[in-house]
Amino acid sequence: MAILEIRNLVASIEGQRILNGVDLVVRGGETHAIMGPNGTGKSTLAAIVMGHPRYRIEAGDILLDGESILDLKVDQRSRKGLFLAMQNPIEVPGVTNFDFVKTAVSARLQADEHLRIGKFILRFEAAAKALNMGEGLSHRFLNQGFSGGEKKRNEILQMSLINPKIAFLDEIDSGLDVDALKLVGEYVTNMKSPELGLILITHYERLLDYLTADHVHIMIKGRIVKSGGAELIRKIDTEGYDWLKAELGIDELEEQKIQYSLGSCAAKTLSPGDKL
Amino acid sequence: MADKKKDIANIVSDYKYGFQTEAKTIYQTPKGISEAIVRDISRIKSEPAWMTEIRVEAYKSFMTIANPNWGPDLSFIDFADIIYYLKASDHVGATWDDVPEAIKDTFAKLGIPETEQKYLAGLTSQFDSEAVYHNTLAELTDRGVIFLDTDSALREFPELFKTYFTKAVGYRDNKYAALNTAVWSGGSFIYVPKGVKVDKPLQSYFRINTEKMGQFERTLIIVEDGASLNYVEGCTAPIYSSDSLHAAVVEIFVKDNAYCRYSTVQNWSNNIVNLVTKRAVVGNYGHMEWIDGNIGSGLNMKYPSCILRGDYARGTTISIAFAGRGQHQDTGAKMIHIGRNTASTIISKSIATKGGKVNYRGLVSQASSALGARSKVQCDTILIDGESASDTLPVNIVKNFKGQIEHEATVSKVSEEQLFYLMSRGLSEAEATELIVMGFIEPFSRELPMEYAVELNQLIKLEMTGAIG
Repeated sequence: MAILEIRNLVASIEGQRILNGVDLVVRGGETHAIMGPNGTGKSTLAAIVMGHPRYRIEAGDILLDGESILDLKVDQRSRKGLFLAMQNPIEVPGVTNFDFVKTAVSARLQADEHLRIGKFILRFEAAAKALNMGEGLSHRFLNQGFSGGEKKRNEILQMSLINPKIAFLDEIDSGLDVDALKLVGEYVTNMKSPELGLILITHYERLLDYLTADHVHIMIKGRIVKSGGAELIRKIDTEGYDWLKAELGIDELEEQKIQYSLGSCAAKTLSPGDKL
Repeated sequence: MADKKKDIANIVSDYKYGFQTEAKTIYQTPKGISEAIVRDISRIKSEPAWMTEIRVEAYKSFMTIANPNWGPDLSFIDFADIIYYLKASDHVGATWDDVPEAIKDTFAKLGIPETEQKYLAGLTSQFDSEAVYHNTLAELTDRGVIFLDTDSALREFPELFKTYFTKAVGYRDNKYAALNTAVWSGGSFIYVPKGVKVDKPLQSYFRINTEKMGQFERTLIIVEDGASLNYVEGCTAPIYSSDSLHAAVVEIFVKDNAYCRYSTVQNWSNNIVNLVTKRAVVGNYGHMEWIDGNIGSGLNMKYPSCILRGDYARGTTISIAFAGRGQHQDTGAKMIHIGRNTASTIISKSIATKGGKVNYRGLVSQASSALGARSKVQCDTILIDGESASDTLPVNIVKNFKGQIEHEATVSKVSEEQLFYLMSRGLSEAEATELIVMGFIEPFSRELPMEYAVELNQLIKLEMTGAIG
């Protein structure tokens, strides 16, 4: 059983701090939901755990099965069992969806192992069918010309064939209509097992109608400010996040300050005598 | 199918290191070029007097025409240090058994005998300057198709040969076309009679096997009215330490309502300077397609051209150029519109890595007579790293008021987001980059016959190896 431990993680991008000390432990078999307003660092957290090179880790650690993964590259983390279903999957022209998934699955085989292609085709087709992805999916170029919903379903398809130990699903619900949401929710629910730890990132509760989470975390300003069970989802659904800000004494001042400092740079005008 | 892939994998894995076969040289000219040497070549080949005279005239043009004043510098080429004619075997083998063992060995490494039976309708393999193996399926011969090495064609069909030789690429055209005309040897000759459609691709492999030997093959293709041809030319070369010059000429005549596709993946070793003139003349409603891959050679200049002479004639060039360390690819296409309502399409894909330089150089010209001409040019370049470079140098000329040219060009780098996405699925940076590049050239590779596309992908993978980090 896998265990992902995020310890007091502080991270920044281009000098701007995004994570201010995140602590989170996810074990195989658990499903966590991270919720919170826009721009509070939820997607960043997922990207950093996956190893996105643009972010700088300033403090803290990330451990998978007790070992730090901070020195590992993105692909090494993936092969250790981490997965990230992305909010905006990238289009890769000229590379068929099937070839890509096949390459991804082959990448985690041992040196003496070979992908059994017949079996793999059957798995691919079964997953595509279950996700209602239509004919011709395998021959289409990776995410190119895919609708928003198709891209999201394609992420789930990849996840089910790659079979990770810990998977972040970053706003997998956006772009999905109600029927597709139900389908994806149920499909991922079927994937749940003691071998798979899930972290759902969302700011809507509707995904959680079809894919239940047993741990819920609220993230605000780069911190997990509250953790609990499913009851938190209902409270946010009815009351939003304002009660939490009040309860925790987070005011808007800090946010304004950041905006001001950004604004002052961008809005700076030249006066006579300014040196260029 | 799996076996075929294996064959190709074998070819490619051998290829990686280059290999040289000990071939017994029967005859070669001394280094350097002179009128006497040119006459000698013609004499050894027992050519008709008119061919000797053309060679001599071409030699005189070669001596007077300067190197191009544009593009890469060619002044380093030492014409005195090149062997212009070399004969490795003194007869053209009618069957495989007649081919000398050492030469067979080279071809075996290239996988030619295996692939021939299954895939090819006919085959001409050039070893050094002379074709040593030649075979055309009886079926094609029965329909009047001629597929010979160019020397044999001159002997067997002198009148046909004379009608077309130098009519698309004259020996005053440029210095290297002149040189080729003076010293040409080998190449392929194809004649497809009226209305005959050659469905299976015709294919030929070329190899250079002697250091410091220029290879000057001459290809002449005639596709008569309403006929069609799909010709595939393959080039591979062993790796040597000093420069070899390769200056080929390809002339193609696509008559009214005829169709010709000419596919090449050029993969000369990096010490080879490849200067090729390829030109097709297209008649009414005719269609010429150049599928042109440039992976190898140190310096490569190649701009396949279509002269769209007939009304409604069409020209298409789909090309890729790959420049790795120490390579300079200066490639492109030319479309000369003369007939009314002629149409042309150029799709060019360029890749530069490890400090390679890749330029697109193209010309689209619509003459005053080319009313209603349409052209579309799309040039895409991908740079794998910061030390590699690319320029796009298109020239578009419209001399009438009804012509139309669309031109699009993009230059991109492999993006961090693309790499992150692919790597997050477990692909290493090298694998991810390779996949992006494969996808980038897909519009080219999908045009190739299956086994060629596989070979191309393998070659690019080899070239990409070590490109990262």
